Amino acid sequence: MNFLDIISSLLLFAGTFFAFSGAVGLFRFPDFFTRVHAASLTDSIAAILMIAGLLLQTSFDLNTAKLIFILVFLLITSPTASHALAKSARHGGLLLFTEKPTKQGGTNQDD
Amino acid sequence: MIEWIDLILLGMLALTALRVIFLKDLFAVVMLFGIYSFLSALVFIVLDAVDVAFTEAAVGAGISTVLMLGTLALTGRTEKENTHSKLLPILVVSVTGAALIYGTLDMPPFGNPDNPIHQHVAPRYIEDSPKEVGLPNMVTSVLASYRGFDTLGETVVVFSAAIGVLALLGIRREEDNNTPESGFKEHRVLQIVAKITIPLVILFALYVQFHGDFGPGGGFQAGVIAAAAFILYGLVFGLAKSMAVISPMFLRYMAASGVLLYAGVGLFSMMQGGNFLDYNLLASDPVAGQHYGILIIELGVGITVFAVMLTIFYAFASQTERSNIQ
Repeated sequence: MNFLDIISSLLLFAGTFFAFSGAVGLFRFPDFFTRVHAASLTDSIAAILMIAGLLLQTSFDLNTAKLIFILVFLLITSPTASHALAKSARHGGLLLFTEKPTKQGGTNQDD
Repeated sequence: MIEWIDLILLGMLALTALRVIFLKDLFAVVMLFGIYSFLSALVFIVLDAVDVAFTEAAVGAGISTVLMLGTLALTGRTEKENTHSKLLPILVVSVTGAALIYGTLDMPPFGNPDNPIHQHVAPRYIEDSPKEVGLPNMVTSVLASYRGFDTLGETVVVFSAAIGVLALLGIRREEDNNTPESGFKEHRVLQIVAKITIPLVILFALYVQFHGDFGPGGGFQAGVIAAAAFILYGLVFGLAKSMAVISPMFLRYMAASGVLLYAGVGLFSMMQGGNFLDYNLLASDPVAGQHYGILIIELGVGITVFAVMLTIFYAFASQTERSNIQ
């Protein structure tokens, strides 16, 4: 096992760790927005780490280019999806777990 | 090790299926169907069937999820309470299941090298298709050339799905109403990202379409991916703008012309004195003729699948917009 393989497996392990922690956060966090937060942040870092780990396994050929394309696509679309989810939830009137609904239908920050 | 991956994936498939049965919230059910399709795609990848996995991911998880969500927007998201007795359905399901399990007893054992498929059909394709068809991706050779008539049947099935949806729902032409419901009008981030990604998605669809001879891909996947790009455009910028780019009437001509292109290749080879869909006669060299034939019929499949998927989306989305306005 050479040096690159060790680095690559370390990156892959770190990626799986973040993906797993995102899944835990998805179950443990109290409301929709914190859950989206957990899933989206860990998803991005897991994608970066895993694809970096896989990149070290390629020998600079077409597969390298494909993996980089996948990474760029994920880095654009994944945060956008989380943003769209959170924004449409907000638009639909979902409140943070620290907020209380007011009579006007607006939101009221609860300290 | 690989058996464990199989077992875990199949277990997750079974869990997803059970959850689908017992959930009443149809929105969650649609999401679980998407998960189910992705899991099946993973099972296919473990079995080294990348073409099938690609189709499952693009069609099962991608476009059917969108179309089912479009249906939910029309019908509402909770399942109606069933008041009928559950005895008869359980009886029917048990009898059918028992019959199916009884049927599998006659099948040859899984993975046995002496099975007929490994003795008769598969070696024929593996040994002769490089000489006869000459494509690196044998799946495409089988799908488009050896089993070309079956694939024509599949294309006609897709085409008749569009006919069914159009006959039942029809497409309402938008009178350019700027209601905020039609698309995320004020959603700047989505609009910009969609503008960046849509050309790339269409480019990828073309790559899948014309690279199907060499790697996983082909007309079915490419048509679905291209349709997904236009569906994204319709969702983000509104149905009216999407219909201005590709009108529903043009899509009908496209859907029909794809099937006609496919069948036309067959008729042309008959006029050359061969059998229906006998690509050997399309050029002076039989292998070159096979390449032309496969390229053209894959294009026909891609055009029809693209047009049908987009037509079904238009039909559902225009109904939803109409019910929103009322």
